[in-house]
Parts: sequence; structure tokens; C-alpha cells
Amino acid sequence: MPDATGLELIAQELRDRDEDGVLDTVFFRERAAVLVSPASVPATLEALRAKGYGFLASVHGVDYFPEEPRLGVHYELIDMTKVDRIAVRTRVPVNEPTVPSVTAEWPTANHQEREVFDMFGVIFEGHPDLRRILMPEDYEGHPQRRDFPIGGEPILFTHNEGDVPGWWE
Amino acid sequence: MTDVDTTRSPRIPYREMEESHELSHVAHPEHDELLTLNIGPHHPATHGVLRLLSTLEGEVIRDIKPIIGYLHTGIEKTAEDKSYWKVIPVIERMDYLAYYFNAMAFCGAVETLLDLEVPPRAQYLRVIHLELNRIMSHMVWLGTSALDLGAMSMFWYCFRDREQILDLFEMSSGQRMHTRYFQVGGVFEDIPSGFMAKLKEFTDVMPTRVDQFSDLLNKNEIFLQRLRNVATVDEETLLGLGVTGPLLRATGNPWDLRKAAPYSSYDHFEFKIPVGTVGDNYDRYRCRLAEIVESVRIIEQAAEGLPEGAYITENRKYALPPRHELATSMEALIHHFKLVTEGFRVPPGEVYYPIESPRGELACFIRADGSSKPARVHMRDPSFVNLQALKPMVQDLYIADLIATLAMLDPVLGGIDR
Repeated sequence: MPDATGLELIAQELRDRDEDGVLDTVFFRERAAVLVSPASVPATLEALRAKGYGFLASVHGVDYFPEEPRLGVHYELIDMTKVDRIAVRTRVPVNEPTVPSVTAEWPTANHQEREVFDMFGVIFEGHPDLRRILMPEDYEGHPQRRDFPIGGEPILFTHNEGDVPGWWE
Repeated sequence: MTDVDTTRSPRIPYREMEESHELSHVAHPEHDELLTLNIGPHHPATHGVLRLLSTLEGEVIRDIKPIIGYLHTGIEKTAEDKSYWKVIPVIERMDYLAYYFNAMAFCGAVETLLDLEVPPRAQYLRVIHLELNRIMSHMVWLGTSALDLGAMSMFWYCFRDREQILDLFEMSSGQRMHTRYFQVGGVFEDIPSGFMAKLKEFTDVMPTRVDQFSDLLNKNEIFLQRLRNVATVDEETLLGLGVTGPLLRATGNPWDLRKAAPYSSYDHFEFKIPVGTVGDNYDRYRCRLAEIVESVRIIEQAAEGLPEGAYITENRKYALPPRHELATSMEALIHHFKLVTEGFRVPPGEVYYPIESPRGELACFIRADGSSKPARVHMRDPSFVNLQALKPMVQDLYIADLIATLAMLDPVLGGIDR
């Protein structure tokens, strides 16, 4: 992991490239993360790739409800030669949840961006095949959001089949 | 979002839903007829509930799309509604062949959030169980894969040896699968008397068993024909696709988190990382087989050097007090009550905790909001990411090679769909 100083140096380098890109840095439990604006995610990942962080380990979503902007997308990068990790995080509001897709540059993001779209409703602009991946295609809503109820799905038994509208169609 | 009526079905006809699987881009210039063949989700060779929409030209695969989600149980969502210690049993059921690894990733992430020290004995006990689990997972992989390739007796041999490991799990935790043995701060119980003797019996016999498996398979002409130089994918492509674990190591890249970023005292043990050369199916097979022997070495060293001391943290805020204290100590009773009712609270923060599972980098991401329940639990499951490598592996191969390649990819659908 880069230490707290190393993280600030990386953040400063990123700021030199794009002044408004880096919003914040987080150093928590020896783990470094930079918070960037959604539009500058691809540029940030490319800049970090040039610094050696060439492996995108994970893309996952978070819902920060009730904080705003609510939805977060995290990118975990690894530098395999120096054995180092850094996270890139971005936050988008629910009413405009768009993040540029990085699938073209990082093929591994394909399925993972689809999962974030499926679970949180974050729209990845430029994704070649943005469909639901885990939930059924005709499913409505994004179940990993914090305001999506647990148990919201009616379970069909013989005693309640009259109360579940339209299940037979 | 809040006004979405979850009870209403949008009434999309089935055919229309399928139209999203656009296949026009694979149209071949010389042949105007391509066959779309649906494999699975219920097919023994898909190793679970995996559906493959394949486009064939004759018997050659031109395009393949994995369709997943049939086993999605919303465990990540369920975890948000449970206190931290109650999440462990559900999270173990994700990748059902690597339950100790799921628990380790989750407990490790929570311990990092809490900044909690795990006693050395617990770390060694964890290593013993993790490596036993790795062997067990590879045994299931080897047995079912060999079965796919026609070597039926392998299936019985592998499951016979897997039983020995499950017996050991039963001794230490009472359960054969989904043991809930790892706790936040350590392990649930110390190992019982007789465990070490039985473990020694196992570690003595296992390397000879691996030799037997090698003798059976390594010179088997059918086996070699179906694996050698089949589905070769280079390192660059795999790295781009985020592939880790034995699949990546088969190409010669020795990336293993046990060495690269040791956790749970893996740096105390001496072991090698088996790597392949070209990255074909045969290398994948040999890498995993060699890993079993290395895992046995780790177990032997951990059993040899098992330190004395506590098996779970002494910090009563996070670990249950011993049963006998409840009768005499009021404080222990209060701690016990707090832990089993509300659970412990975790300070706000976000942690991504990666470990090396039998299939690659298994990581648990937890966002804590200060309450006794996690605000977000995400498992970066290696099977889910590795499955993307199926298309570059099998494109322009025969459909029979698809079965062999899928077996060597070793996906676990419980981990993919979560």
C-alpha cells in the first residue's frame, strides 16, 4: 500500500493532470483511496495504469444512503510488480447516476459494471452490453439500494396465490 | 426508486426478452448458416446452474455468452440485515466449495475495520483449515473434471479423499460443510484431542494419493489429447480480464496473495507456487495438482509449529466469554448478553480485504456505518470474474473442447451468482 504521504503524492500528480478531478483522499487502516469525480474515472485509471497499477481487481457499487451523492462505484487496482494496491472511488446522485464505462480499456469491468448496474442502477455510458446480469431481465428496481426493502418480493404459496397479482402470466 | 411497485410484472413475452442476446456480429462471411445452441442451465457438464448460449458453425464455437443469475440468492442483501457475527453463516454459502475462504475474507475485513489482533494459535488453525479446504475444493474439481473427460474412477478416488477432509472438519467444528468455524477475532473452538493424529494421517497419505492421480492421468492418452494445447490464452489477455488464481498461474505468472501479501501468518511457512508454461488446459490441471502438494506442506508446517495460547481474541467486546465464566462473572454475563442480542458495533469505514481462494483473488468489501450491521457487504468472487475468460478460451474450438475447458476453468456457480 502507498502510505499516507505516498497517497498524497499520487493525488497531487493526478491534480496536476486534471485540476477538478480529485475530490478527496482517504487513508484508512493502511488502505489508500482517491475519490474522483465521475467524469474523470477513465483518465484517473489510465494515469494510475501508467504508474504501474495495471490490474483492475474489482469494480463494485455502494449505496451511501442517506448521504448525498448516494451511489458509489469503487475500482480496486493492483500494481503486481511492486505489490501495491490503491482504490479509486466515485460518487453519483440517484437522479443522474451516470459514470463513463471503462470496459473498453479494462475488459474485466464488463461483468462487474453490469452487476453494479443491476444492483444499484448506475448507468455506465459506453458499456457495450449493459443488461441485468444476476437478476431476471424483467425485474424492476435495483435490489442492493438501501431503500429497497428486504422481503419485498412476495413468495408464492397456494394460500396467497389469489393475492399476488399477475403471477400466472 | 421508492415508488417502484415490486409486485407488478412488466409482462414482457419470453421471446422478446431473448432478443437482447444479439448475435448478428458473429455472422461468418463464408457460411450463411450458424446454429444457436443453448447449453444448460441444467446440464451436468456445466458444473452448476450455468447457461451457455453458444453460436456454432458446424461443430466449431464462434461465439459464446454465459448467462448467469440462476443461483442468485441475494446473500449480499441479506448480510446487510444481520449483525456482523450472524453474517458468517450466510456468507459461507456463496462459494460452496470454499466456505472457509468466504468466512476468512469476511472475518479478515471485519477485523481490519475493528483493528483487532488475532492470536497466533487462531491464525495457524485458520491456515490449517484454509489449506484443507483448498485441497478439498481441488479434489471436487479434479473428480468432476476427470468425469467430464471420461475418467470415471477418478471421481470415486477424489471423493474418497475429500471425505477424509470433511471428517476433519466435522471433528473441529461439528459440521462437514458450511462450518461457521471462523469467528471475528479467531476461531470458534480449539481443535479436539485426536485431531492432530488424524490430520497427520491425512497429510501422510495425501502426497502419495496425488502421485497416484498423476500416474493415472498424466500418461493417459485421451486425457492428454483433450487438454494439451487446448484453450491456450496468453497472460496479457487474462490479466486484462482480471483473471487470478491457478488460471493465471498456468501462464507462468506467479501471482499468489499468500506470497504477495501474506495474511494470517502465511509468511511463516515455506512453500512454492506452481506455475505453468503456455497456459493451456494441461497447465491448468498440473498447476492445481501441484498446489495440493504445496498445501499439504503448509498444513504439516502449521501443525508442527502450532503455538499454544488463546484460539480467539481475549477482547470480550468482540468474542463470547467462555461458558464457565457466565456462572461466576456478572461482567461476562453482560458481555454475553450484548453480543448475542445486538452484536458488536464496528466503527465507520470501508475495507477491501483480499485473500487467495482456490480459484483466485477472493475479496470482501465491507462498508461499516458505526452500527452493529454492515451497510454493504460485497464479495469479489474469482469465479464471477474468471468466467469472462471463457469466451477467449473456447472461441474457434470444437464444442467437445468447451466441456474440457469449462471443467479446467473450475467455476463455482454459488460464488458467481451469490
